[in-house]
Amino acid sequence: MVMTFSYYPGCTLKTKAKELDKYARASAEALGIELKELEAWQCCGACYPQSKDEIATRLSSVRALNDAAREGGVLVTLCSACHHVITRVNRDMALKPEIADKANRYLEIDYHGTTEVLHYLTMLRDRVGFDVIKSKVVNPLKGRKIGAYYGCMLLRPSKEMGFDDPENPTIMEDFIRAIGATPVVYQMRNECCGGYVAMKDKAQAKKNVSRVLDNAKNCGAEELITACPLCLYNLNENGDKAMPVTYFTELLAEALGVKEA
Amino acid sequence: MQRIGVFVCWCGSNIAATVDVERVAQVMKNEPGVVFSTDYQYMCSEAGQAIIRNAIAEHKLTGIVVCSCSPRMHEATFRKTAQRAGLNPYMVEIANIREQCSWIHKDKEEGTEKAIVLARAALAKVMLNAPLIAGQSSVTKRALVIGGGIAGIQSALDIADAGYEVDIVEKEPTIGGKMSKLDKTFPTLDCSACILTPKMVDAAQNEKITLYTYSEVEEVKGFVGNFNVKIRRKARYVKEDVCTGCGACMQKCPSKKGLNEFNLGLNKRTAIYIPFAQAIPNVAVIDATQCIKIKNNKCGLCDTVCAAKAIDYNQQDEFIEREYGAIVMATGFNPIKLDKFNEYSYAECPDVITSLELERIMNAAGPTGGKLVKMSNGEHPHDITFIQCVGSRDISGRGKCYCSKICCMYTAKHAMLIRDKYPDVNVHVFYIDVRTPGKNFDEFYRRAVEEYSVDYIKGQVGKVYPEGDHLVVQGVDMLANEQIIHKTDMVVLATAIEPDPTARKIASMLTASIDTNDFITEAHPKLRPVESPTAGIFLSGVCQGPKDIPETVAQAGAAAVKVLGLLSKDKLVTNPCVSQSNELLCNGCSMCQNVCPYGAIGYEDKLINDHGIRETRRVAVVNEALCQGCGACTVTCPSGAMDLKGFTNKQIMAEVDAICK
Amino acid sequence: MHNNSDKQKDQVFRMTGVDTRKCMKCGKCSASCPSFNEMQYRPHQFVDMVTKGRIEELMASPSIYHCLSCFACVERCPRGVEPAVVVEAIRNLAERKQGGTYFSPDEVPELIDGTVPQQALVSAFRKYRK
Repeated sequence: MVMTFSYYPGCTLKTKAKELDKYARASAEALGIELKELEAWQCCGACYPQSKDEIATRLSSVRALNDAAREGGVLVTLCSACHHVITRVNRDMALKPEIADKANRYLEIDYHGTTEVLHYLTMLRDRVGFDVIKSKVVNPLKGRKIGAYYGCMLLRPSKEMGFDDPENPTIMEDFIRAIGATPVVYQMRNECCGGYVAMKDKAQAKKNVSRVLDNAKNCGAEELITACPLCLYNLNENGDKAMPVTYFTELLAEALGVKEA
Repeated sequence: MQRIGVFVCWCGSNIAATVDVERVAQVMKNEPGVVFSTDYQYMCSEAGQAIIRNAIAEHKLTGIVVCSCSPRMHEATFRKTAQRAGLNPYMVEIANIREQCSWIHKDKEEGTEKAIVLARAALAKVMLNAPLIAGQSSVTKRALVIGGGIAGIQSALDIADAGYEVDIVEKEPTIGGKMSKLDKTFPTLDCSACILTPKMVDAAQNEKITLYTYSEVEEVKGFVGNFNVKIRRKARYVKEDVCTGCGACMQKCPSKKGLNEFNLGLNKRTAIYIPFAQAIPNVAVIDATQCIKIKNNKCGLCDTVCAAKAIDYNQQDEFIEREYGAIVMATGFNPIKLDKFNEYSYAECPDVITSLELERIMNAAGPTGGKLVKMSNGEHPHDITFIQCVGSRDISGRGKCYCSKICCMYTAKHAMLIRDKYPDVNVHVFYIDVRTPGKNFDEFYRRAVEEYSVDYIKGQVGKVYPEGDHLVVQGVDMLANEQIIHKTDMVVLATAIEPDPTARKIASMLTASIDTNDFITEAHPKLRPVESPTAGIFLSGVCQGPKDIPETVAQAGAAAVKVLGLLSKDKLVTNPCVSQSNELLCNGCSMCQNVCPYGAIGYEDKLINDHGIRETRRVAVVNEALCQGCGACTVTCPSGAMDLKGFTNKQIMAEVDAICK
Repeated sequence: MHNNSDKQKDQVFRMTGVDTRKCMKCGKCSASCPSFNEMQYRPHQFVDMVTKGRIEELMASPSIYHCLSCFACVERCPRGVEPAVVVEAIRNLAERKQGGTYFSPDEVPELIDGTVPQQALVSAFRKYRK
């Protein structure tokens, strides 16, 4: 049976993070999931507008959510930033009438947060099941010591994101186990890499990045995975490049034997 | 025909500032039924009461309305006044023109209008009042104490010392509670066991005290003076009266994987065990989840070695039912679970511990024999960091909104004890505020700083994580305005405390009210701090709110005094405002019986003469000794047969009509 | 001046929904902040200064551009004060003023190095200009 979900790739996955997208689609297909890209999506804006009077910056997310509501009601995201923004805007539409009313009036729609926003990882865990993934792995990544880099945006604020335990998350470690590799737990996996200042304040970004990478290395990680193009860029650009950082979907595709497809 | 007197109180300026009391008295004078009306500065004073008594005699009053404060404050006062003047005390009505009027209004005109309306309502009611005679109920001269920690033990000892029987129900296999787990006690640093165990022994040896350990309250029925309590005695699989506590069984038991509860799971124990050396009763208990014999019908070694033949693998839970006149809640507390505070890495790092765990580690009978070592590798720590307010004063939903009160003092104690015994260990304390109100408390904390050079840092900790053999504490020093990345060997978390979960369960059995944090509510926060609003239920220890040992012992004694006041009475005056059923109207539907929280309503087949028709009908009968006058039946009764004396449907409607006029 | 500071304080409250008076000055936000050493005013000072109406000073401080919006402070604050939300509101106020733009399109070509993800540019525009 094929499961079909609406899919929101986001701007970066169409350009600099093509691999994140490509391997996600290939893996989904191998797992019997059809990801139906929303027909006319726009960039989510990459950062969630925290002030309540910022309405315009929420609208592209609302459009995507509203479109998904009409197409089955589940929207799969992949990029951490997109997931963060869309999940929180969705909550605003459900819980903050002062925002929802304005957005609905402007877009001439009647949307109140009914779409379920599902991150690709959550989809793997809850809709597919890590056991099923394990059984479909043809090329287990035996012996590879992988550290999961969660960053900020998937986890926090946990009351809104509801993704995992914000201080001791486990979903990516479970994922690493499912593809046959060994997860390396390190404490900085949920601390910020400084992505937002990656370009304008390299000194600060470098400090943040080295804290993450040093800790991962000291704990025995030989490579890192992430779901965030900005984290990946920053960890590479402002790190010492000694630690390979890849998108988790690439390893998934590799394990499922669909990487070269 | 009723002759009513109205007495309007000024309550100094409390009422008179917002209500024109003279006008109220004037207006009421002209109301039908009123033959006398006056106002006075303090109606509750002796002079004020004399005015009432004189008026009753002079004007042959049949009822009075006192316009004053809440009836919770002075209804009893004015009822006694009336009684002294020869009036039935239930012919008194209070119009609350203070809490419900003057205190909440600013405009005098409006306040006066409202006071008049409230006075009229009370008048309408008193016109329909009938004299009521209070009944009497007996008192069972035995008390029940729920919980066998220091609070329960102290209450029980005090009650027993006065000559009354008292039972302690304790859910654990031994009494002693949290205090038995402590190493030293602040601010005098005496050994906890040294001061507690004599009390435990006293409790065990006192012939007036019966201990039901490893037991739980299952059901409570009845009311003040006459509680009927069902107690579950959990199967120990060891005959309590036969076991000599020799401990031979523990030596031989091959199942050694059970977590040692007494040491908070920091080490293991055998499946058959005595919780600790000074346990009372000194009797073994079998953990059925660990026992090989009970699980797989193999082994049986303990039975073989038991010279007293005390082992009984087939023991079942038993139930006993006892009558009590009074119940003391002493259900105690627990540190909160830390699963929502993973930034401190408590679950992952064995060297991150709670303060209570540190007590066990410091204790000679603890998992390390009293040697301060890192639980991860048994090594001596060189640097220890304490974090205060973990989960206290937290309104984020992760912790508790209140201050847990004891943490500042025990953290100072821990810091000092460590510096005293191991001067090579550096000790740091992250704090938000240091709160040390109490006799010799601040001096105690200052000693930690000034004599023992404990490093107090004003600020919280954001994250604790392991790095190699060490822990790293990322915190802030707010006075220096610096972020601190501090390498340490152990982290001790001053974990918030919360009421034991049994408090909520038992409170609902007792219909005792609890607050949003599950602390049992006291009848009055200042003036009745050891009584529950539910008659016959008394509060002892942390079940009422966070407190330390001296406060707990003081409250336990106070609760005992209240119990004794109750048990020393031969008869209790019952509230005459109870329900009655009009047999002619009752249709036998049982709805009242179903809603009655006190089991006060029964049904009988009675021969009824209904306007000449004689027939046997099934009708409701109220047991006046059990009825507490809550009125649930009167609003449920579909045929209007149930009525509450003193608050009849007619009286309530008359009040409403008077207000709406 | 006093009136203006009250007005700004109200505006911050309207934008954030955060009552900064709930802060009990425990410093957990600053203890968690990955940008602590980069900031002139630290997260706990932000909260306190908003309570005191010292908004202008905060608007003028480069600290508003050092917050990484990582939400560690929001996650761990025991009082639900959400310092990151407060910082962003102040940044919004500064950027909405004429000439308040911190990031201009002219800077882009120089920053692009062939690997910069769109996301970085988009978020810089979103975060640092009106």
